Amino acid sequence: MPGPPVTTAPGVKVRVVTLKINEHDIGARETDSILDVAQANHIRIPSLCFLEGLSTWGACRLCVVEIEGYPRPVSACSTTVSEGMVITTHSDRLKRYRRTILELLFAERNHVCSVCVSNGHCELQDLAAECGMDHVRVPYRNQPYAIDSTHEMYRVDHNRCVLCTRCVRVCDEIEGAHTWDVKGRGIECQVITDLNQPWGDSSSCTSCGKCVQVCPTGALVKKGTAAGEMEKHDEFLPYLAQMRGNQ
Amino acid sequence: MSESAKITMATAWLDGCSGCHMSFLDLDQRLIELAEKVDIVYSPIVDTKELPGDVDVGILEGAVSTEENLQVAKMFRERCKYLISLGDCAVSGNVPSMRNTFDLDEVFDRAFVETVQAQPGRPTESLPTLLRTVVPIHHVVNVDLFVQGCPPSADTIWYVLTELIAGRTPDPTQITRFGA
Ligand code: SF4
Ligand code: SF4
Ligand code: SF4
Repeated sequence: MPGPPVTTAPGVKVRVVTLKINEHDIGARETDSILDVAQANHIRIPSLCFLEGLSTWGACRLCVVEIEGYPRPVSACSTTVSEGMVITTHSDRLKRYRRTILELLFAERNHVCSVCVSNGHCELQDLAAECGMDHVRVPYRNQPYAIDSTHEMYRVDHNRCVLCTRCVRVCDEIEGAHTWDVKGRGIECQVITDLNQPWGDSSSCTSCGKCVQVCPTGALVKKGTAAGEMEKHDEFLPYLAQMRGNQ
Repeated sequence: MSESAKITMATAWLDGCSGCHMSFLDLDQRLIELAEKVDIVYSPIVDTKELPGDVDVGILEGAVSTEENLQVAKMFRERCKYLISLGDCAVSGNVPSMRNTFDLDEVFDRAFVETVQAQPGRPTESLPTLLRTVVPIHHVVNVDLFVQGCPPSADTIWYVLTELIAGRTPDPTQITRFGA
């Protein structure tokens, strides 16, 4: 896993570079990612696995952008800017790619938004709307995934998981418990607690709930929530990340 | 506008809860305005038994879950110039598709044996043959427009129909989404 977001140590000189995003001239620090720079300049690039305050993972590929002279699109979250870059964030090709990624995510597990606790408060659902994904062209896999309700307060429903690893990163990097991890490859891939034991039996989990709050979908939820009731709050994260960084 | 200039419209209800048709009826007084421009030639809300051979706009609610649903979807595609998938069941399979992760035998037992007190047992007649998996309409026939929502709101339906009547192609993604 890559390290935490780059922070500049005092006394280290960081050069300023100039680049273009969607025809706009922009100045940025050479250590910034394309996504950082875009966000700072109010240019929206869709993303799912990225979360400010956590290390960069670059798994979902929704933040793909085109850079002039590069043979293929790159992920904006994990590519740093450089002098003279000419970046496009919303070409027809990129829109097509994003839509396809979303369709594959919806087809892989069992997303039925109308009965999901996160209905109306889900980043995946919002992204589908934002990217104009109004139907899934590939066949649905219809694989049953487990639900683990053994934790006293929380539940994990793998049917809604998009494997963004936000839970893994927040529990490791911010809470320091490292309860979550990932097992398996490809479609067998799944987040696990401790050594693939029921979450309720976990000896490392402090029940802080950070993983639940940063999970973008209805995969990690508070128990006792009905359809549409699970609202997430991850605003605390950049602040906590900064505090951890200062220690 | 003369009677003959009216757009003809047909609707059917496959494996869904009829919520999309209820939402359609929620157009309330706008139904009168609609009736001036549209003739509903076949639908659960009118008394025609046969789908005419040449319909302008077909609207399907519900997923494809049975052999019968499949026939209706194909018939709509053949006879309607423009076919709309209305609602999450039609567009994604939604709640009816939740049976897909179970064995069909388990599904039958759940519905007709385990949860039934009076005369439990699988019926032997009048039961349409279930398909192994529930699929969205566009996985069996081509669909021209997808309207998400469970159900799509009356305002969404109004927007879609008035745009079509005006000769434009509606883009419902701006006002509805999965689960809306
Ligand atoms: S997690 Fe999000 S996308 Fe998946 S079913 Fe729930 S609301 Fe829909
Ligand atoms: S509740 Fe806290 S400690 Fe437990 S798994 Fe989630 S982030 Fe880690
Ligand atoms: S459980 Fe939630 S946060 Fe964790 S990987 Fe799955 S979707 Fe991401």
